[in-house]
Amino acid sequence: MKFTLNIWRQKGPGEKGRFVTYEAGDVSSGMSFLEMLDSVNQGLIAKGEEPVAFEQDCREGICGSCSLVINGIPHGPDRGITTCQLYMRRFPDGAVIRIEPWRARAFPIIKDLVVDRRALDRVMQAGGYISVNTGGAVDGNVLLVSKDQAETAMDAASCIGCGACVAACKNASAMLFVAAKVSHLALLPQGKPERTRRVRAMLEAMDREGFGSCGNHR
Amino acid sequence: MMKLDPKIPPGPLETKWDRRRFSEKLVSPNNKRKIRVIVVGTGLAGASAASTLGQLGYQVECFCFQDSPRRAHSIAAQGGINAAKNYQDDGDSVGRLFYDTIKGGDFRSREANVYRLAQVSTQIIDQCVALGIPFAREYGGQLANRSFGGVQVSRTFYCRGQTGQQLLLGAYSALCWQIERGQVTMRPRTEMLDLVVVDGQARGIVVRDLVTGQMSTHTAHAVVLATGGYSNVYYLSTNASGSNVTATYRAWKQGAAFANPCFTQIHPTAIPPGDVHQAKLTLMSESLRNDGRLWVPKMARDHRPPEDIPAAERDYFLERRYPRFGNLTPRDLASRAVKAVCDEGRGVGPGGHGVYLDFADVLHQEGLDVVRERYGNLFEMYQRITGEDAYHAPMRIYPAPHYTMGGLWVDYNLMSTIPGLFVIGEANFADHGANRLGASSLMQGLADGYFILPYTIGHYLATAKFTPVGEDHQKSRAALQRATARISRLLNSKGCRTAASFHRELGQLLWNHCGMSRNEEGLKLALTSIPALREEFWRGVMVPGSGEAFNQELEYAGRVADYLEFAELLCHDALHREESCGAHFREEYQTDAGEPQRDDSRFAHVAAWEYREGASPALHKEPLLFEFVPPTTRSYQ
Repeated sequence: MKFTLNIWRQKGPGEKGRFVTYEAGDVSSGMSFLEMLDSVNQGLIAKGEEPVAFEQDCREGICGSCSLVINGIPHGPDRGITTCQLYMRRFPDGAVIRIEPWRARAFPIIKDLVVDRRALDRVMQAGGYISVNTGGAVDGNVLLVSKDQAETAMDAASCIGCGACVAACKNASAMLFVAAKVSHLALLPQGKPERTRRVRAMLEAMDREGFGSCGNHR
Repeated sequence: MMKLDPKIPPGPLETKWDRRRFSEKLVSPNNKRKIRVIVVGTGLAGASAASTLGQLGYQVECFCFQDSPRRAHSIAAQGGINAAKNYQDDGDSVGRLFYDTIKGGDFRSREANVYRLAQVSTQIIDQCVALGIPFAREYGGQLANRSFGGVQVSRTFYCRGQTGQQLLLGAYSALCWQIERGQVTMRPRTEMLDLVVVDGQARGIVVRDLVTGQMSTHTAHAVVLATGGYSNVYYLSTNASGSNVTATYRAWKQGAAFANPCFTQIHPTAIPPGDVHQAKLTLMSESLRNDGRLWVPKMARDHRPPEDIPAAERDYFLERRYPRFGNLTPRDLASRAVKAVCDEGRGVGPGGHGVYLDFADVLHQEGLDVVRERYGNLFEMYQRITGEDAYHAPMRIYPAPHYTMGGLWVDYNLMSTIPGLFVIGEANFADHGANRLGASSLMQGLADGYFILPYTIGHYLATAKFTPVGEDHQKSRAALQRATARISRLLNSKGCRTAASFHRELGQLLWNHCGMSRNEEGLKLALTSIPALREEFWRGVMVPGSGEAFNQELEYAGRVADYLEFAELLCHDALHREESCGAHFREEYQTDAGEPQRDDSRFAHVAAWEYREGASPALHKEPLLFEFVPPTTRSYQ
């Protein structure tokens, strides 16, 4: 397979960026999207050019590192997966693919497709935890948690913190990210004592970091 | 001359840890404020240690190369975490978890360490529940368990197939709290490149800011390495692409002994490799073996689709070879059994590199909904990668490098041979012997970080003498100079080959000669090929860009350069160990039935290697004494 890639290149924060066109030839349908980018980069490096910077680590959809907007959609055309789990069989041969970084005021661009997502960590530091010291915890079965409650908490806790929700939102709000953590902890008896303080602190931090407001847009 | 003193408390096994804790000196709360501790790595071990040390009142500076501490590779662990809670009342106990782990490690780990691990395992679950980990629950509201490879009780706690993620996010949340309180200073996107040793004590690290490229030295009273394992030396592994050996390897070069590097676990159930562009192997959780049955056709080169092969013509090889444990046979034995049937030409899928993992029976007996609830996310992952639906046709799986039991040598207090350098989690060698059982790595990472290191480091800090060391100290400057020179050398190499091409070649070499099975001839060949490849690397590698900027290729090339040295150490260790034990299978040492032959008379020791400049590494042996569990032949038949 062959593809034409329009990739956002930007030397550093505050620099002017632009789209640069690359041809990706000799791509097999079983290659992942990131492996396809790897092979473009290998070609660039061998020519002594700077490869396209992009973020990735676990390549199995759980670490939340990868962060590409593909044809206008964060993580690409499929629902519920990250960029690293996207395979080239998903695209028609010869397709033109546009690749951009997350775009949000709270996520300044570091280089090319890599953005600074420390704002999310700071929102977590504001209150995304249960204040409990190590040691002295009571037996895990003392507080019973119904299966349904635990499953719902787990649904919320599954957020991988990649920031795609911010990239997808017109207002670049981090409301989904914050809501996931708030729900996860408030649904469990251990998280209840701090739930009011937690919500306020996390929302304030979200505003402070320059994330937009939630407009409940669907 | 290096001295290995494991500092194991004498006396009864059950009270060793209690007595050690009582005999340790404490640091007074006032003094803790003046003590600085560096923690490198933010996986389960690093994040739990940094947060607990912060809570105790130390000034902690914590580093990770990822953009956020929450992305460390512990996040990818799927199956679960063991604890001797015996909630199922199925015969579990601290003693049994201890025994299973010692036996699972093929009697190549320390009794005292493993017993302590089993003891604190129960506290870990309580701590994690208190932190809000949404463990799976029964309808009555109690914690649920499942069984995992290599044991006959149900002691594994889990959060669907994302246990590592949830435990890491719990430790990360504790870390966030301590960052907010000002007890921990977090430095993400910062990579450790060297260790500062002053008067024989670890006193700091050299790091590179991965965004600006700036190099700097950070000093402290003690340094904790929680930098994970080195499976990526094989190029293709289940590790994240950033996982690397650099921190532990550079510490080795400064005098920390490296123990049992050849104990590398090859996990049996990964998705088989595809084409040459493939960058990683994706693990399918071991929990799948609770219900999935492994088989291959009885006949070699049988290319019929699986549904056309009748039951009588299938070989359920694990059930046949290990009837007592069947498909739950430990990882090392399962991987080799897979390799054996593939070597006989009975492998399935492209290139014959695969065996079936079949869910037809459980689907028939318990129904689609039950299977979907247990393994839904894994089946989805499989489908995305292979394009195949495992609800209708069996999965294909093949072994992949996964976890490394070897690591920096530590004593019972988790301190390396360099005073003040502590090593925790996968980065140390201590608890898993020659093979790790499933759901034990999460247990060890959190045991070290939450419950062991915070005690033992206090004793060191309370008793050691410290001279003032800052970044302008001569040793700090020398370490900075070493790290800077290495980076310049990489950037000045005028070749035209990419670092990845060297990495791939090294990985292939190791996989062939020091992978699932090893022999003297192959290891000797590897030991001559690796230095040649390394020379070619330094002549021929191409690293574009500059050192004073965000440069991912430079980061990667530095890690590959370390793999090219470290691989040699791994092969030296594999060559020295003339026995088969756990994951280390030397073809010369096997029974007529092809089972591994351990040699307790010559190799009941930890092999700890000392770096020597310009010479082969020197071997030191820590004898393993079994006072409580006499070593037996490890049988799962």
